[in-house]
Amino acid sequence: MSTAQRTEPASGPPPVSGPAPGTGRPLALRLVARPEVGVFLGALAVMVFFLVAAPTLRQGDSMATVLYQCSTIGLMALPVALLMIGGEFDLSSGVAVITSALTASMLSYQLTVNVWTGVLVSLVLSLAIGAFNGWMVVRTGLPSFLVTLGTFLILQGVNLAVTKLVTGNVATDDISDMDGFGQAKAVFASSVGIGGVQVKITVFYWLAFAALATWVLLRTKYGNWIFAVGGSKESARAVGVRVDFTKITLFMLVSFGAWFVGMHNLFAFNTVQSGEGVGQELIYIAAAVIGGCLLTGGSGSAIGPVFGAFMFGMVNQGIVFAGWNPDWFKAFLGVMLLGAVLINLWVQRTATRR
Amino acid sequence: MDRSSRSRSRRLAPVVAVAAAAALTLAGCSSGSGGKKAAEGGSGAPAGKADTPRMTVALVTHQSPGDTFWDIVRKGAEAAAAKDNVKLVYSADPSAGTQANLVQNAVDQKVDGIALTLAKPGAMKDVIAKADAAKIPVLGLNSGLSDWKKLGLLQFFGQDESVAGEALGKKLNEVGAKKIVCVIHEQGNVGLTQRCDGVRKTFSGKTETLYVNGTDRPSVQSTITAKLKQDSSLDHVVTLGAPFALTAVQSVADAGGKAEVATFDLNKDLTGAIKKGTIEFAVDQQPYLQGYLAVDSLWLYKNNGNYSGGGEQPVLTGPAFVDKSNVDRVAEFAAKGTR
Repeated sequence: MSTAQRTEPASGPPPVSGPAPGTGRPLALRLVARPEVGVFLGALAVMVFFLVAAPTLRQGDSMATVLYQCSTIGLMALPVALLMIGGEFDLSSGVAVITSALTASMLSYQLTVNVWTGVLVSLVLSLAIGAFNGWMVVRTGLPSFLVTLGTFLILQGVNLAVTKLVTGNVATDDISDMDGFGQAKAVFASSVGIGGVQVKITVFYWLAFAALATWVLLRTKYGNWIFAVGGSKESARAVGVRVDFTKITLFMLVSFGAWFVGMHNLFAFNTVQSGEGVGQELIYIAAAVIGGCLLTGGSGSAIGPVFGAFMFGMVNQGIVFAGWNPDWFKAFLGVMLLGAVLINLWVQRTATRR
Repeated sequence: MDRSSRSRSRRLAPVVAVAAAAALTLAGCSSGSGGKKAAEGGSGAPAGKADTPRMTVALVTHQSPGDTFWDIVRKGAEAAAAKDNVKLVYSADPSAGTQANLVQNAVDQKVDGIALTLAKPGAMKDVIAKADAAKIPVLGLNSGLSDWKKLGLLQFFGQDESVAGEALGKKLNEVGAKKIVCVIHEQGNVGLTQRCDGVRKTFSGKTETLYVNGTDRPSVQSTITAKLKQDSSLDHVVTLGAPFALTAVQSVADAGGKAEVATFDLNKDLTGAIKKGTIEFAVDQQPYLQGYLAVDSLWLYKNNGNYSGGGEQPVLTGPAFVDKSNVDRVAEFAAKGTR
């Protein structure tokens, strides 16, 4: 399934401020020099490794389990990557997922309304949080790292305090017997049977959004703006790019992603724990960085984070499928990710060597 | 200049949208089933109020934010405080050093009594000595069954995590389990590790451990699914908290296995799952009782010099097993969030 991703339009290189591929070199080398190809090879290496190490992983439904975890990371890694290309960070993305799920759940339950009302209100609230982040960043000129660190802490506290205030508990009430729940579950958290294997719907959304984001980045004016504001704000402004608009909408894109994943969490599990989501933001950022987005902005792709999230999910689940000693789980995870990133780096170095 | 007007209109947009959504809500797309209207509100057991002089009690635990179990402990403590005319000061931190500082803080405030958890007994030694020097009675709850006497605490309420684990292990032997996986949702958490170790101690079959990322539910689900697929001989999944048990039920369905789910702790949805039979049983150490008794005993000690256990024996609050046979009675209270 990931090989199908290779046929993405890689033509028309975006204005990347990375290593400019030499013109007189063979196409294969020029292709390999692109960061997303390096990460693709890294992901492939990890996958082959675990397919050899873990026999139970070779079944189709095991792969569906791996892809499910990848998709819930990947859905957020995409907008986070776009934001990073645009030169900004969002540390509040992990808890924002839970904020949106809590909002939809509690609003529907407390007012006893159709769950779609909660879903829509929570979308509005999520976008407002994103807009606030973006507005604070462009207005104050503070690093987004600091602004969103503040938002992260605020949301973490608000998630807990408001849930406790409204429900009297630290988790929301079960809304699975309310009107509209079945429809919403079908949209956000159902499974699709493919050749006898149940694949979660988030996997399809993930790939569809990735294709859309790739098209936006490579084929639209807005995509050029993203690269431009991440590369150099002043030059971008000088040539007429709407810098503030671009940055604010990128933050809103991240909060849209948070809303989407939040809705999946809610309709897949019926209730939401208010303390969840902390620490996820780093996983999203990691997936984007593994996928070739620079921490400094201005460079990256939408397809890279897909492989980044795939690599992360693959290692995560692969260790379990391989049945290794769980005490070492986190250490294995770190070593595997470093290894994969080093492969990626080595591929690029070799490819760009004169 | 025109930039500011643009951003002003963008700032207005969410406000307009919220108003529109509110109007939508009021226009009455109300849900015909479920929701708050279907549930009856209710709080803990109503009680009278003592006419003893006002006193202050500090309850200091090793809770991490947003943990259901500790939320119930706190509710029990609050109920006793309301009844006994006690001002309850609750504070918590999972790191031992910070928890010790919070106890020190209570000593500095010259409270009338301190109730604390001994997840890391060594770290509490010095502050307990300081509380003794300040003539403040200190008692233990929940964790520290083997250390409370050594540290010179007045009394102890609760049940060690390891004892709860041992009880669950015995129960697993009774239901004929052969191979289980114990799911730890926070790596390095003392209490959770003790629970699994307790299970391992008394369970005669094979016990595997699995770490999951407790802050991310989809990841919990897929990791448990992966484990069940990797080892199809697993016949029981043991989770250490109610939300994770409910997630594990979905994992079992995804993996197409026949494994049963058993868990520590309760919540409202979990009692529903036990009724339905999707979860086999839960072991409950009655957190409400731990919090309630801790505060109530400090009040008794101050006003009548009584202490439970005579300074020799702990007062056990569990293990209380909840399964199909007794779930109906428990569900009534779990629905209020007090069991």
